[in-house]
Amino acid sequence: MSQPYSAPPEGHVSHSRLERVLRSGRFAITAELNPPDSADPADVYEAARPLGEVADAINATDASGANCHMSSIGISALLTRAGYSPVYQISCRDRNRIAIQGDVLGAAAMGVSNVLCLTGDGVGVGDQPGAKPVFDFDSLSLLRTIKTMRDERKFLSGRTIKNPPQLFLGAAENPCIPPYDWRPERLAKKVEAGAEYIQTNYIYDVPLFEKFMARVRDLGLDKKVYILAGVGPLASARAARWMRSNVPGIHVPDAVIDRMEKAEKPGQEGKKICVELIQQMREIAGVSGVHVMAYRKEHEVSEIIRESGVLASRKR
Amino acid sequence: MYRIRLFAIRHSRSFEWIYKRLERAMIALDPLLGKIGYDRVERPVAFVEKCVKTVLFDCKMCGQCVLSSTGMSCPMNCPKQLRNGPCGGVRPGGFCEVKPDMKCVWALAWDGASRMKGGAQIHTVLPPVERNLEGSSSWLRVSREKAAHLREAREKRRTAIADAFPDARANEPSAAPLAEEPAQAVKGSK
Repeated sequence: MSQPYSAPPEGHVSHSRLERVLRSGRFAITAELNPPDSADPADVYEAARPLGEVADAINATDASGANCHMSSIGISALLTRAGYSPVYQISCRDRNRIAIQGDVLGAAAMGVSNVLCLTGDGVGVGDQPGAKPVFDFDSLSLLRTIKTMRDERKFLSGRTIKNPPQLFLGAAENPCIPPYDWRPERLAKKVEAGAEYIQTNYIYDVPLFEKFMARVRDLGLDKKVYILAGVGPLASARAARWMRSNVPGIHVPDAVIDRMEKAEKPGQEGKKICVELIQQMREIAGVSGVHVMAYRKEHEVSEIIRESGVLASRKR
Repeated sequence: MYRIRLFAIRHSRSFEWIYKRLERAMIALDPLLGKIGYDRVERPVAFVEKCVKTVLFDCKMCGQCVLSSTGMSCPMNCPKQLRNGPCGGVRPGGFCEVKPDMKCVWALAWDGASRMKGGAQIHTVLPPVERNLEGSSSWLRVSREKAAHLREAREKRRTAIADAFPDARANEPSAAPLAEEPAQAVKGSK
């Protein structure tokens, strides 16, 4: 169990395993946990088990897609108890600055050492579209706020924090949707705001992502921030199409959907595509790891990572 | 209004020029406004500002106008009111995730900024909106802020000698004066 109040290792900002792996130059793996609609901790542990086998950190989503599930702070706290290293996702949609700054301290006190600052999907796409959207912060002002709490030991009000939260700061990026030309610039802004690692949305369009990464390298951002490319297995052509039109910010090229359509066993094909994507990501300069989002397919994650061979060089 | 807003963003360069002039005028007016009292002018100026900016930019009177840093595309029109760039949900063709018929405010902002002289300001990380300033005049705020900034710089120059010679100031205050000089006491001043 990490000890939040001892100083982080030399050159680190936190006790995070993810930070250690990234700073040591190893290819990092993170995976997303599908939050249960349940109040039973066992459901969280069950979902975490297949991810924990391969992941350096497990992402606890914060009502992604504006759908209500167990909270990210609750899941993160449970995961630290079980010895996993969670990524506490914070969306700006549901809470204002007072709630979020308090939760950041609470999470850090419970042993959380990674956060991911997100804007959040609009409430309209979720299961309770009548909810009031908050968006007091956006992902960048949130990043800067937590950085201020950590480095300057201050709340946004200027009040002093006795023991600051030791957190590895992350943000998301979505390279495959418009405005394409400005996505790398926006990444630069996130780094400026305090992002130390980036987890991207699903990437199925490798050429488009390579173009993005080329610009990222031109801007020198690959030297300033660790980028984890988002991947995940598709279940079927129909599911892919549904995702494309109903989940904000997901771009699946027609070629990938065609391939799924023609496959005899779509499930197997989806897994194979994911393995190939991971192998391709590994070859792209400036990519420091992958972030696996296997919606309702957590059990496949460790198999996918093993098949991709990206952990083969690690001493385990 | 949406069309006029798009027009303003297309002509971001011209509006930037106009805004710079307006800003200078507002700073020049600071002494006068100060004399009348900022409290007294707040409501009438806010009213005029609201009328003008609602037509041009679909202004929401957040009170903390940042148009010069957002390509003249008002970020309060973003359904998530983002202040630092587009979210990850922008639809193909650059349309908004929440309002699919509307162009993404931030896609337009980067576009507008690319035509502006000071377009690089879009790279600055902006703080969250202070909601208690909603409805107040941003123009007057700019005037106060910039004038205060200028005063501070002047003040620094004026007190430089006093700061550099603290001992002399302790013994002979008039050798390194700190207090503001009345105009009559200074040669060459009006």
